[in-house]
Amino acid sequence: MNNLTPFAVILLLPLFSALAILLFHKQLKGAAALISIGSASICALLSVTLLGAGDEIYTLFPFIHISDAISFDINALIDGQSRGMLFVVTFVGLLVHIYSHQYMKDDDARPRYFGSLSMFMFSMTGIVLADNLVMMFIFWELVGLSSYLLIGHWFAKPSACEAAKKAFLTNRIGDFGFMIGILLLFGLNHGDVSFADLKDSFQSGPLNHLAKSQPEIITAAALCIFMGAMGKSAQVPLHVWLPDAMEGPTPVSALIHAATMVAAGVYMLVRCSFLFVASPLAGDVVTGIGAVTALLAALMAVQQNDIKRILAYSTLSQLGYMVMAVGLGSSEAGMFHLYTHAFFKALLFLGAGAVIYACHHEQDIWKMGGLRTQTPATFVTFLIGTAALIGVPFITSGFWSKEAILTVAWEECKICFFVGVLTATLTAFYMTRLFIVAFLGKPRSKDASHASDPPLTMVAPLLILSVMSLVSAIPWVSHKLQAMAPHGHHSDAHWLIVGISITALLVGVGGAFKVYSGKDADPLKLTLLANRFYFDEVYAVIIKYAQDRFAWIITGIERIFVDGLVARLPAAIACRIGSAARSLQSGHLQGYTFLLGAGIILAVYLAVFVLPRLGT
Amino acid sequence: MSPLEIVIFLPIAAALAIWLGAPARPTSLFAALVNLVIIAGIAFRFDGSSLGVGEFAHVSSRIVLDNPAISFAVGIDGMSLILALLTAIVTLAAVWQIVADKSAPFHIASLLISAGAMGAFLSTDLFFIYAFHELALIPTFLMIALHGHGDPANRRAVAWKTTIYLGVGSLVLLAGLAALVLNFSEGPVISFDLTSLLQQTSSVPAATQEWIYFTLLIGFGTLVSLFPFHSWAAPAYATAPTSVAMLHAGVLKKFGLYGLLRIAQPLLPLGAQAEWVQNALLIMLLGNILVMGLVTLHQSRLDDMLANSSVMHMGYIFLGLAAGTELALKGAVMLMFAHGASIALSFALCGRMRNQVGTLEFSKLGGLATNAPLLTVLFGFAAFASIGLPGLANFAGEIMIFAGTFDPKLLSPEKLSSLQWTTILALWGVVISAVYMLRAYRKLFFGTANSGHYLRDPGFSQRVPLVLLAAVLLVVGCCPSVLLGLIQSAWAAAKVASL
Repeated sequence: MNNLTPFAVILLLPLFSALAILLFHKQLKGAAALISIGSASICALLSVTLLGAGDEIYTLFPFIHISDAISFDINALIDGQSRGMLFVVTFVGLLVHIYSHQYMKDDDARPRYFGSLSMFMFSMTGIVLADNLVMMFIFWELVGLSSYLLIGHWFAKPSACEAAKKAFLTNRIGDFGFMIGILLLFGLNHGDVSFADLKDSFQSGPLNHLAKSQPEIITAAALCIFMGAMGKSAQVPLHVWLPDAMEGPTPVSALIHAATMVAAGVYMLVRCSFLFVASPLAGDVVTGIGAVTALLAALMAVQQNDIKRILAYSTLSQLGYMVMAVGLGSSEAGMFHLYTHAFFKALLFLGAGAVIYACHHEQDIWKMGGLRTQTPATFVTFLIGTAALIGVPFITSGFWSKEAILTVAWEECKICFFVGVLTATLTAFYMTRLFIVAFLGKPRSKDASHASDPPLTMVAPLLILSVMSLVSAIPWVSHKLQAMAPHGHHSDAHWLIVGISITALLVGVGGAFKVYSGKDADPLKLTLLANRFYFDEVYAVIIKYAQDRFAWIITGIERIFVDGLVARLPAAIACRIGSAARSLQSGHLQGYTFLLGAGIILAVYLAVFVLPRLGT
Repeated sequence: MSPLEIVIFLPIAAALAIWLGAPARPTSLFAALVNLVIIAGIAFRFDGSSLGVGEFAHVSSRIVLDNPAISFAVGIDGMSLILALLTAIVTLAAVWQIVADKSAPFHIASLLISAGAMGAFLSTDLFFIYAFHELALIPTFLMIALHGHGDPANRRAVAWKTTIYLGVGSLVLLAGLAALVLNFSEGPVISFDLTSLLQQTSSVPAATQEWIYFTLLIGFGTLVSLFPFHSWAAPAYATAPTSVAMLHAGVLKKFGLYGLLRIAQPLLPLGAQAEWVQNALLIMLLGNILVMGLVTLHQSRLDDMLANSSVMHMGYIFLGLAAGTELALKGAVMLMFAHGASIALSFALCGRMRNQVGTLEFSKLGGLATNAPLLTVLFGFAAFASIGLPGLANFAGEIMIFAGTFDPKLLSPEKLSSLQWTTILALWGVVISAVYMLRAYRKLFFGTANSGHYLRDPGFSQRVPLVLLAAVLLVVGCCPSVLLGLIQSAWAAAKVASL
């Protein structure tokens, strides 16, 4: 068997599954889910075996081939990052597929759901394997499509279709920049946009000189590329789509809007990290945006009441953490957190899904309560997920990856460190709040009092992810996952940092217990946070005036001036000048065709009789 | 006899037969199918690499006049093959989807438009290139006026406006072509033969080239709805019967672009490169993309929106022309094909909806997806193709054009040129088109269904044209090399000219 085959299978199997479901969904019915799950299982198994594969670039398929210099190819770049990411994507993907089989049991449109899920697996694998920017852009757009399809799965619900549209369009704004960045690098690097060649060129090639002599254009390219990541990884100010994306089915939120797709922005930044080495200014911007996102999103999470939205803002905040780490120059710390976060955030979302399932689609945490006794399995796994997210010291994976980021921040930028600690405190606070309100105390609604644990096919993925949330940071495991756990990166201030972060954790958890323990309604009333700093409202005004009103004005101008000047004015002049024109315009069709015929006759006449004479 | 002559005259013969009383639908379907088979056969066996500068395959020439030398000459190269393929595909889809009771005039008109477009793309004599296009315009006007949508007074007004616009555009074009032929002719014989014009080395001074190029740009541009000579297009497409809208927006409109790429670009390289011509073109195409993009955003009916979006997307093809690099020019041809297929699919769907639902107002519709899953998927194909989603044909064309404008030879790290700034603004147009397309998709198909308006999926036969177009978009989008392989050599002339 050729070395290339497993990668082609991992990439194409989900595509075939999606196509088969699209074409034969009527005939397949329930079997559609099995096809999709089957393809996900094979991919997950393959990616486990491939964890030991060597670094290489496999040529799969030339997409657009013009010349040897200019060619956009579909290749598979295999290295530590893509092997580890492939494992995370296919592994979490498989668990979500299995979980969905039960969760979506009563949905009539299950074939469409599983088809879209397979489509997502195909596109996400493409991003992971991409060896050049154009290939990454292609699959980048395709995950956008799958995300659009899955958010809008319940298309009869207006809020779901609006959310799907918003997600796609917000990403499009990011991709506007991404494309400009790709084009700039394409032109500057002689038409080669592969990561390997760009990296060489930045280290010791033409782009290295350019970065010194013309830093502006490199900074511009880097910032444009970063814009793509801002869209996909939902960084402020393009973050507004992610909370709304929670309108999709919960397993989708776990897979796409928590563990994998939203992390693609971070993955892409890591792939392009040479850009931010070459342009420190761009790196600073990345750090700043990441830090602001981490803090703002954590603040917004404090006052949300929808269990999924709390987790969504938490995802935003953690993505901000990762982006900040990459901006500070530590791709390793960023990727490490990406891996651990993928497991525990998927766990939390699937746990939230189990809660929602048990409470008959109730998502307001204030209508839950007392789930500890009703749903013990969900309770335990959710507790582990929460512990990992808030970074309970030493036993959870989240602690180690957060420490890695805080260590980098301590060394590179003290303000970032401060923001990181503040965010960690807030994270501990809002997650404890969620936990106390939903799981402790007494049931606050009929649904909550009748809740019970979901069936095994939903609980099993929770258990597996709980184990991963605990062990994925143990060096042996993270090494196996090629997770690039920051090796021996012990700061002098190591114990100081650990001390500060444990203090932050205790403050957050203690504060939440103090405020929320035994409460039936939210005692805090922070309107600014509850309204998410009014981002959506401001954007609505911008869209209304800067886009829709502007379009209205432009349409008026186009009607009156362009059409007026080019068509009506000459027509009016013609009417004044000749009565012949007036009689033609009297409205008889014969007249128009006559005019046209006359034009053709004139053309023939000119060609046959006039031109020869002119020529001689 | 060259197979190309069959391809041109078969639709005319079929149209005549229908006029004389042959059964309309079988006859026109037969002609369209045979044409598609012939063209596909030619494409399958086509070897572009053997053709040199200005050379064509399957040539045949019949002398009509000695001086000026006009002959009925046909020939094919990669670019004309791609457009002929587009013509054959869209013709088949357009005649297949005709469902009117008295369908004969629709079939006759579609076949004549198809024959005119084929003739224009396959002729290698300037006179016939021009004449075939005019031939195709006449049924377009008549069909808008006689069988268009809306009240009779309005559709006559639209037909009249279109006639005047295109008539004047054609006359400007004629003047440009006449000037071109005169300036190129040496000695007593004036030749309209494109092959010999392409092969001779021109000694026309730069200033003359600039003016002729500009005249051709305006003339051809009016036919392609280049801003600000575009305002005929949107009402014409919104009013025209579905098959005519599909054929004109999908195929015939590409004639102007074809003319610029086939005639103006290679014959007048100095004119194309002149800075003032370039800048004028960039401003006009930005008008197409940004102004028309915003106008499209403002539309409240599906047919108006599609018609305006078709005007808008012409800007991207002009951008490829403005860049003039091999990558960009190939991308322009690619996008011509892709846009033809996607807009034909859009108009076909729009026609079905108009017939079944009765209205195309966004505000009155919603939730159509519930009863028409197939049409929803197909509309998705058309919408996402025009947004430029990778995997559908339009993306391949667009990225080639965009990358072509940032060609390493054109990009200086010190300062972006006006061409590159135009590309950046044009990229914003991609965002705008995503906004209006997804808004329309959401309004029409998703959300809660409005009472009284239902859409059903068509029966098996009527699915064929729609699925055919969607499949073409998908296959070419996933594997652009299917088409790119054909144009490998056709560009020798243009490439040499542009660099």
